[in-house]
Amino acid sequence: MAGNQIDWQKRYKQLENSSKNDCIKHYYRNAIFDGNTAISDVPLVALDFETTGLNFNHDDIVSAGLVPFNTRRISCSGSKHWLVNPKQKLDEESIVIHGITHSELIDAPDFSKIIEPLLAALAGKVIVVHFAPIERHFLYQALQARLGEGLEFAVIDTLELEKRALQARQGLIGRLFNKKLDSVRLGDSRKRYSLPAYQSHSALTDALATAELLQAQLAYHYRDDTRLADLWI
Amino acid sequence: MQAEHVDIAHFLCEHAPFDDLPEEALNQLACQIEVAYFRAGTNILLYGDDINDLYIIRSGAVEMYRRDGELYNRLTVGGIFGQMGLLMNRKVRYPAKALEDTLVYCINVEFFNKYCDKFDAFADYFEANGTVRLHQAIVEQADSNDLTTAKVKSLLHRDVVTVAKDASIQHVAQVMTDESVSSVLVTDVDKPISDDPEDDDGQVVGIITDRDLRSKVIAAGLDYTMTAQAIMQQDLILLDSNAYIFEAVLAMLRENIHHLPVVVKKKPIGVISLSDILRYESQSSLLLVRGILSQPSVEDLAYYARQLPNVFVRMVNEDANSHMIGTAMAVIGRTFKQRLLSLAEEEFGPPPVPYCFIALGSMARDEQLIVTDQDNAIILDNSFDEEKHDEYFQKLADFVCDGLAECGYTYCAGEIMASFKKWRLTKDQWQAQFAKWIAEPKPQALLNSAIFFDLDGVYGKLKWAQELQRFIAIEGRNNKRFLANMAANARNRTPPLGFFKDFVLEHNGQHKRSMNLKRRGTAPLSDVIRVHALAVGSRKQNSFERLEDIIDAKLLPEGKAQDLRDALEYIAMVRIRHQAWQIEQLDEQPDNDLEPHLLSPFEQRNLKEAFAILDKAQNFLKFRYSANSGIK
Repeated sequence: MAGNQIDWQKRYKQLENSSKNDCIKHYYRNAIFDGNTAISDVPLVALDFETTGLNFNHDDIVSAGLVPFNTRRISCSGSKHWLVNPKQKLDEESIVIHGITHSELIDAPDFSKIIEPLLAALAGKVIVVHFAPIERHFLYQALQARLGEGLEFAVIDTLELEKRALQARQGLIGRLFNKKLDSVRLGDSRKRYSLPAYQSHSALTDALATAELLQAQLAYHYRDDTRLADLWI
Repeated sequence: MQAEHVDIAHFLCEHAPFDDLPEEALNQLACQIEVAYFRAGTNILLYGDDINDLYIIRSGAVEMYRRDGELYNRLTVGGIFGQMGLLMNRKVRYPAKALEDTLVYCINVEFFNKYCDKFDAFADYFEANGTVRLHQAIVEQADSNDLTTAKVKSLLHRDVVTVAKDASIQHVAQVMTDESVSSVLVTDVDKPISDDPEDDDGQVVGIITDRDLRSKVIAAGLDYTMTAQAIMQQDLILLDSNAYIFEAVLAMLRENIHHLPVVVKKKPIGVISLSDILRYESQSSLLLVRGILSQPSVEDLAYYARQLPNVFVRMVNEDANSHMIGTAMAVIGRTFKQRLLSLAEEEFGPPPVPYCFIALGSMARDEQLIVTDQDNAIILDNSFDEEKHDEYFQKLADFVCDGLAECGYTYCAGEIMASFKKWRLTKDQWQAQFAKWIAEPKPQALLNSAIFFDLDGVYGKLKWAQELQRFIAIEGRNNKRFLANMAANARNRTPPLGFFKDFVLEHNGQHKRSMNLKRRGTAPLSDVIRVHALAVGSRKQNSFERLEDIIDAKLLPEGKAQDLRDALEYIAMVRIRHQAWQIEQLDEQPDNDLEPHLLSPFEQRNLKEAFAILDKAQNFLKFRYSANSGIK
């Protein structure tokens, strides 16, 4: 399971040394890197972006939401939500999904204005997302485009954890017959833990939904003292 | 930008009490929520743990338990729990467990309190369960009170000393000397203790104290070879070993006795003496009672009475409950009357015909407090001849009523005092008077005479007072019209609650906005309880004891009598504390007018709940005792 593990301790050290941007340097310096830490002792932050599309090469972030939490409590009072003015025009489809209108986005700031508060809110916490490639690539690209330098970071991916759980349940026979796994989409995963369906799909609601999902997954499949290294990727 | 948790706000606005909050407040609250997930079968709250949040079930189901493990409640989506712990002492009162996979929203106690203070509807929601909370408040209060929770057996430090009823008086005195005790219990071998074959002494049939040896033997020159039986006090008041210390205090106060045998199922295990209690209970209501009886004149009595406020304050500070304080104050009042009457008889000579001096109203109910006026009357022997005897009783009554006024018991504004000729009636006249009140009830006449339906003998032929009590109990319970009229009168004085459950304040003499806790609280509650007590033919006078008879008779729906008891206790205690505070802190003349802002928000809410119980109880009277239906 943890075969292709990145040694985040080594990686963060390298990144800190090579980074030229203060904000990013600060993030690396404060990152949690000891994989032996018990998950119940780790400060977490659920992160979600809404984007104009799925291609991080020419789609843009339109909103970012985050909610700090730990294995016991999710704290709405620490949550943040930003709308961001995309460089690229919104297509009609994504507007429907996000419920964000053009006029709201026209008044929103450029991503460069939220870099500092965003990185500050993420600092010292392990980032939790549902489907890591989106947040990883979009954040890397957005920073690369504005600061000339991207950000690499460890994540706990609730989609990945859900896949592992479903595979474990599927067992050897299932794998041999190549049975199709149940859906690991956020809403479908939540249903398996009797978590409620949320009406809105803002970045903030999805971040909250992700935090709740991780709490449920941990309650079901992991012990309190599970090592961080067994969860992050 | 400020994050807005739209989904949380949506959820809250669909569930009470959040649906009543203004949108702005709701959104702010949504942003303060903490969320937690609990897998089915896991504990959410453990008994006695600290609790700092109110819990709302977002999805799933939760079961709550009593301390003994019994299921207390099962809640699902939108259900709220934890409020009891927050309102009490921030400790978990009912442990909670996730029955299904459960997501809960938590609201921090500071926010909870803030919203309770700011939004009445929000606070009122938690008050809907207020009767439970009120009861808890009273239980908590009792928990901190040694006298009401400690049992008499904790005061027993030595083995019981007994003598057989046919032992000689000399033998009794030798045993008492050898054992250095001031009293022995007398047992009767002919009355074995049925469930204890080992026992060969028998049941307790009497007690002999030092004083008995002095007064009945030495002073009377009695033969030492007579048996114990000849000098023992009979008609014993026995205390069960499980009785509380305050019950021992009440018994000693009421009967003016200083030794109480303690038994387990009739088997004697010890004696509690006055000094045992005084060691335990430093307040000196018992000593004050003894002191009253030794004052040689009205002037001395009046001087002695000045320490009454201090005794009252001490009892309050020692967390006595309202029943104890009410009884102690009533016993003290009764003792003043007894002493004044014996002084009067010394001055004017023995009475020409037998009589019974009776107390009415709060003193008869053992619910007297520090501020009280005197309500009393006299029952005369049927041989009373106005021309020959009235002058004597007029002088006697004036002496007592004036003396009481000097001791701080003000004259009754309603002229219900023995010094008015109309309230000195013979036994037969009293019976006729009560028969008339009951058989031909007239609302106004009954309103003025309600006070006579709480009566208790103080001095003289106490049996006559009991006979009147019995007469009232028998005649009253069968008379529908009488009860309907009493019920209508009991609804006259309404609690000071407005339409929106706010306090309704009145201007008192000093232009302060306040509410009268007696006129609008304890007095109408006693009125309600009196009607029920008359309906079940109870001969008890004290409201708490009347409620026990009412519960035994199953007159009221389950739990209603207990609610009345809690409400009376709470209002009475607020009133008592208010008076103690005026005496002690302000050095003021105590009164019944409370300015509610002097109470904490929780005390205010409990008080409102107590008034709400009174309100409901008064409404209940209307349909229970209508003259046309209901009672058979």
